[in-house]
Amino acid sequence: MSRARLVPAAVAVALAAAACGSADTPAASNTEAGITIFNTEPENPLVPGNTTEVGGSRVLDPLFTGLVEYRAEDAQPQNAMAESIDTTDSKVFTVKIKQGWLFHDGTPVTAKSFVDAWNWTAYGPNATQGASFFSQIDGFDAVHPKDPDGADGPQAPPAPTAETLSGLKVVDDHTFTITLSEAFAVFPVTIGYEVFSPLPESFFKDRMAFEKHPIGNGPFKYVSREVGANIKLTRNDDYQGTDKPKFKDLTLKVYQSRESAYADLVSNNLDFLEELPPNALAGRQYETDLGERVVQRETLNNQTIAFPLYLKPYDNVDLRRAISMAINREEITRVIFEGTRKPADGWVHPLMKGYQPGQCGEYCTFNPEKAKAALAKSGYTGEIVLLSNTDSGHTEWAEAVVNSIKNTLGIEARFAPSTSFGEFRQKVNAHEMTGMYRAGWIADYPSIENWLTPLYRTGSSSNDGGYSNPALDAKLAEADKAPSEEEAIELYLEAERMLAEDLPVLPLWTQNTIAGRSDRLKVANLDPFRTLDLYTVEVA
Amino acid sequence: MGRYVLRRLLQMVPVFLGTTFLIYALVWAVPGDPFEGKCGERDCPASYVAAMREKFNLDDPLIVQYGKYLLGLVQGDFGLTSSGVEVSTRIAAAFPVTVRLALVALLVEAVIGITAGVVSGLRNRGFLDSLVLVSTLFLISIPVFVTGYVVQLVFGLQLGWISPTVTTPTFGNLIVPGFVLASLSMAYVARLSRASISENRRADYVRTALAKGQPNHRVVGVHLLRNSLIPVVTFLGTDLGAFLGGAIVTEGIFNVPGVGGLVFRSILTKDGAMVTGVVTVLVLVYLLMTLLVDLLYAVLDPRIRYD
Repeated sequence: MSRARLVPAAVAVALAAAACGSADTPAASNTEAGITIFNTEPENPLVPGNTTEVGGSRVLDPLFTGLVEYRAEDAQPQNAMAESIDTTDSKVFTVKIKQGWLFHDGTPVTAKSFVDAWNWTAYGPNATQGASFFSQIDGFDAVHPKDPDGADGPQAPPAPTAETLSGLKVVDDHTFTITLSEAFAVFPVTIGYEVFSPLPESFFKDRMAFEKHPIGNGPFKYVSREVGANIKLTRNDDYQGTDKPKFKDLTLKVYQSRESAYADLVSNNLDFLEELPPNALAGRQYETDLGERVVQRETLNNQTIAFPLYLKPYDNVDLRRAISMAINREEITRVIFEGTRKPADGWVHPLMKGYQPGQCGEYCTFNPEKAKAALAKSGYTGEIVLLSNTDSGHTEWAEAVVNSIKNTLGIEARFAPSTSFGEFRQKVNAHEMTGMYRAGWIADYPSIENWLTPLYRTGSSSNDGGYSNPALDAKLAEADKAPSEEEAIELYLEAERMLAEDLPVLPLWTQNTIAGRSDRLKVANLDPFRTLDLYTVEVA
Repeated sequence: MGRYVLRRLLQMVPVFLGTTFLIYALVWAVPGDPFEGKCGERDCPASYVAAMREKFNLDDPLIVQYGKYLLGLVQGDFGLTSSGVEVSTRIAAAFPVTVRLALVALLVEAVIGITAGVVSGLRNRGFLDSLVLVSTLFLISIPVFVTGYVVQLVFGLQLGWISPTVTTPTFGNLIVPGFVLASLSMAYVARLSRASISENRRADYVRTALAKGQPNHRVVGVHLLRNSLIPVVTFLGTDLGAFLGGAIVTEGIFNVPGVGGLVFRSILTKDGAMVTGVVTVLVLVYLLMTLLVDLLYAVLDPRIRYD
């Protein structure tokens, strides 16, 4: 339950009151009720270190509690299983975990449960999806050697020279140390992600049995699974954490389509759907269908246009500025998205701690005069192409952006759709884009660093456009090593300002997620990660 | 008869090999990396991709991959999906649901379709005949997804008579999706039996039976119907095959966890083992259905013999 959140009782009540518009007392809610929420079929075995996709995460999230959890209101990390995480140099962290916690099978959660789980996930031959999250820990290269010619190449990766990460040391039953290969100030924020969950000893004895019946340490226990239909969980009454759920049974129902789930939601057969389908959003149909059952909040994702800096004319910074200033973000968010998107004024998400408005400055503001001037300076007169996949509905805004550019700059601009997300991503990765393209980012962990380093540092995992700026790299590295969070944030903000000069990626807008709840749920809130905040749910 | 069945069963072997090979080749030939999008928004770690390629023999030449797959298949091993669940488990979970849905649809289409066809065929050019013609025309011109959404919206959401989606796939709960699924074929069956009946009504054997003084219900029920049903049975047989594999739209609207949706999602997520496994089963079912239909001909029309 890594992305689950600790909500102090007072906050929960405040939220409850805010959501209902009246002062409902918690006593009136039915704490023995069961609720059913939307899910998709998990695509991977139910092991925290091997699940990074949403259908599996929704199941594992309530089953596990990590060292830290993110608060539902502002996504700030708070200690959950951790008693304390201390460091003096942002390189060696001493973690003390709380005593008396048990796995669902009754075995205690110890420092070893964490260290063993992390070692297993990071170990190359185990081929987990979450392995790369451990790459900052010292000794990662030894347990997870790089494939010399990439995954598709003929050569097999070399055998690991170690089985465990040298950076993890168990001190005693409730203490362990983490040594990073390089100082990284925001590391404690990153470990709320569920791949950092502890695993019980039974996992290492019989992995197949565990996958059939996952055993966690979280507020919910696994009950049963009907493959392709549903997964049932129930409240763990021996749970040690403070975020105790206020209902009993949780059924995650697999739907064939969001549309059919929406029909069930409207007729109150489904209790929560965290993202409404396009047919419900079109013309604000959901307002008539759901009325006060609509749940809405700003979530941690944004939409951008990325430039293939390896392709002419997009390597021309004046052209990029001209395009950016030619896009009327204000109007598009109002007309196309009917206010469910907010124009972005920077690369860091507004919900982030340390966010500063207006970091992109005039370059992200619609200004036809300056846009034309920048275009003239760039000397480009050809055609602009915008690429996007269209299998999840990107046509409307892409057309609007293209028209905005065309009308403002008076040059030819065209939208080139591609049908499947998989194919689109493959071309992005292979540097085969033939124009600027749709991009976006969903935060892995709520830190200002996550909106910059993976996207804009030279050679980073998601720096698809091939952007490289040594000054920015140096600034980010300096920020990583900063002794305190405040100083780190200052340095990250300086790095963000450098992006405004180069515009490797244009921020477009940040997103509001629109969800819906059933009549039965008195309180249901979304968290910033676009999932239901299970700990504030109250059933009437 | 026995030799005929044996010959037909033997003919299935090359058909089976050919179709499975084609499907296998096509599934992995779909553009795009099968591991793209598997790890959420980020790319999968190289070690994960390498292990999956190893697991599904993706580094072998296609023919070797297929050979390995077939070897497992004849031993009853459908392989694993990328989520680590056995393909056979998924098929075992989804197939009974789809069979139930298909049977409900078949029953609806046969009973209503044939009844309407017989009634209108016997009363050529009457009011009932025109009614059947107009209403079937209406059904044929509406695509299934329109019927499905309208039924869901009107009866499920506005009137609240039915649950908008199927909660548990029992026969009773599948009646509404069954109707929707069958609506189009029902119209075809009605028109097919009407044409057949009105044509055979003037046949010599009918006149003879009437001249012998047989009661009307016997002439229609035994002589006329039996001879007129051959094209209808052909249609019903192949339709059952189509219901089993092609109910994607209906299953999607009513959230029926059946085979159609399973294949569709597996194609989207490029779960090759899953797609090949399900389609292989469908091919077998289809082959058996056509054999059954051919055998039914002999039952319906004694003039047809298989020796």
